[in-house]
Amino acid sequence: MNINVLFKKKKPKEDKMSPDFQPQEPDLLYREIHMNGSPPIRMEAKNLTVKYGTVTGVKNVSLPVYNEKVTALIGPSGCGKTTFLRALNRMHDLTPNAKVTGEVLLDGNNIYAPRVNPVTIRRKVGMVFQKPTPFPTMSIYDNVVAGLKLVGIRNKAFLNEVCEKALRQAALWDEVKDRLGSPGGSISGGQQQRLSIARALAIEPEVILMDEPTSSLDPLSSSKIEDLINDLKKKYAIVIVTHNMQQAARVSDNTGFFYVGDLVEFGPTDKLFTNPSHKRTEEYLTGKFG
Amino acid sequence: MTTNQTASHSLVLSRPLPAIYRWLGDKIFLTVAVTLGLSIIFLAGAMAWVLINDGSLAFREFGVIGFLTGTTWDPGVNFTFGALPFIFGTVVTSVVALALAFFPAVAVAIVIAEYAYGWLAKIIETLVHLIAAIPSVVVGIWGIFVFAPWMREKVYMPIFMWAAESQPSLLPILGNPIGYGMTTATIILALMIVPFTTALTRNAIRQVPKEQREAARALGATRWEVIRMAVLPYARGGILAGAILSLGRAVGETMAVAMLIGNKNTFPFSIMGPAATMPSVIINEFREAVGNLHLSSLMAIGLVLFVIAIVVNLIAAYITRKLAITGGQGI
Repeated sequence: MNINVLFKKKKPKEDKMSPDFQPQEPDLLYREIHMNGSPPIRMEAKNLTVKYGTVTGVKNVSLPVYNEKVTALIGPSGCGKTTFLRALNRMHDLTPNAKVTGEVLLDGNNIYAPRVNPVTIRRKVGMVFQKPTPFPTMSIYDNVVAGLKLVGIRNKAFLNEVCEKALRQAALWDEVKDRLGSPGGSISGGQQQRLSIARALAIEPEVILMDEPTSSLDPLSSSKIEDLINDLKKKYAIVIVTHNMQQAARVSDNTGFFYVGDLVEFGPTDKLFTNPSHKRTEEYLTGKFG
Repeated sequence: MTTNQTASHSLVLSRPLPAIYRWLGDKIFLTVAVTLGLSIIFLAGAMAWVLINDGSLAFREFGVIGFLTGTTWDPGVNFTFGALPFIFGTVVTSVVALALAFFPAVAVAIVIAEYAYGWLAKIIETLVHLIAAIPSVVVGIWGIFVFAPWMREKVYMPIFMWAAESQPSLLPILGNPIGYGMTTATIILALMIVPFTTALTRNAIRQVPKEQREAARALGATRWEVIRMAVLPYARGGILAGAILSLGRAVGETMAVAMLIGNKNTFPFSIMGPAATMPSVIINEFREAVGNLHLSSLMAIGLVLFVIAIVVNLIAAYITRKLAITGGQGI
């Protein structure tokens, strides 16, 4: 069953109140890349600047996110990589004094254009956080299908199907299939993080953003999440923020190096790690600072 | 960084205080803190003891059960004292007041914590706190001169007239529409506990971690859906405990209730007619209590009130602990 069909059928009221994502003329660069047969760009930041009051978190960053690839963002603490990530699904809308300028194109459409509903964007661009964030009062099952219930899907059979699929994708199904009814907080930290991933997958986003998804986990759970990322990239575009350079090298196809709000260097991971073109990148990778 | 720490360490270590000063300071502080801390326990114990001691005469005379279930309160002729009318009045007024106050209070708390802009939230919050700061007797006098007459003219009389014409069987249940009675007191009581419930609910909502809200947002939840999905379930323990504490507050509220409830000491109570609560009977009669038995009965009512207040607070503490959500370790 195609999930998008269900999305459109339900909640006509939502559409009326907040106009759905308006298709615009695809961006020229986007079109060009498609014609040349390069890997398609799913998402692209263009001259993106994020300011908190007078402090600039991210300065004029342009960066593409390729489909079916993992894009890693690395850099020392406070360099703006998380700030940049959160700009990709408009999470800054929630921060009172944050101001975002520039464009983020999702399939060629600017998500910061006027009349675009951030709720729609967040359904297309899922997010996994640093700490596992299951809803503690909901069961495992309800956690997974929470996003679907939000859009008004009540069909039990469909929900069961999606729940199993998402949990399998998140490599959690075998561990929790016998206790889907127990609370989301009753499983281990690593399982909770995979539950958070399953919850993000259940609404079938186009892009998944991960903000240091393994930083609060033990090495074993971390390696499970990394295997999972390798699996997921067959289907999704993934952006992962990590302060673990080995992790970036292991899981990503492209890497962006941030330093004090600037994107210093962006390129294929193997090139960036073996032969960085900027001195700063090299210094960071060799441990001279950071 | 490391060198700095070592430097400051050696600075402290180079001239240590003589041991006697440190020892003495510790001892003095410990003595004062322990004395003050224990005096609270002593105070509570002493209060309970006085209530039990002075109320024992009434309990001996009528029996504990007899006193609690006795429906006659006659200090004038027969010297028979039963607390049931007042227990009933207290329970009904405070529970109904909480029921009336709970949803508006939660709504106000949600607006303050989630919806209103910073300055607007501050204004609403300040106003709510101002309501809480109005002395109970001022609320009472407003009730006597404004609210009760208004209720009599606009609410009780029309209902009474309608009942008298078409449903005479309802008249005993409705009672006398004099304006001072159970309903008036309950509504005023509800008004008075709204700020309390609001403040406790807002605190519970503020304690919901940012991550929970963001997780809901990231799933495409709208503002209201974030509240329904992440905020309220997470805060439910705090909200419930706050409601119970407000109930404790309503149980003990004295002045405004005594001024508005009409003070009728005997069953049957009616919806609009006068009634009494435990605090209201104590405040109305303690000065005119002539006989030992009368005074002792009032003390016994005070003891019942004391116990109810403690039980209500224990229930609130239990709910907080039971429904507390600890960092990802289940509920």
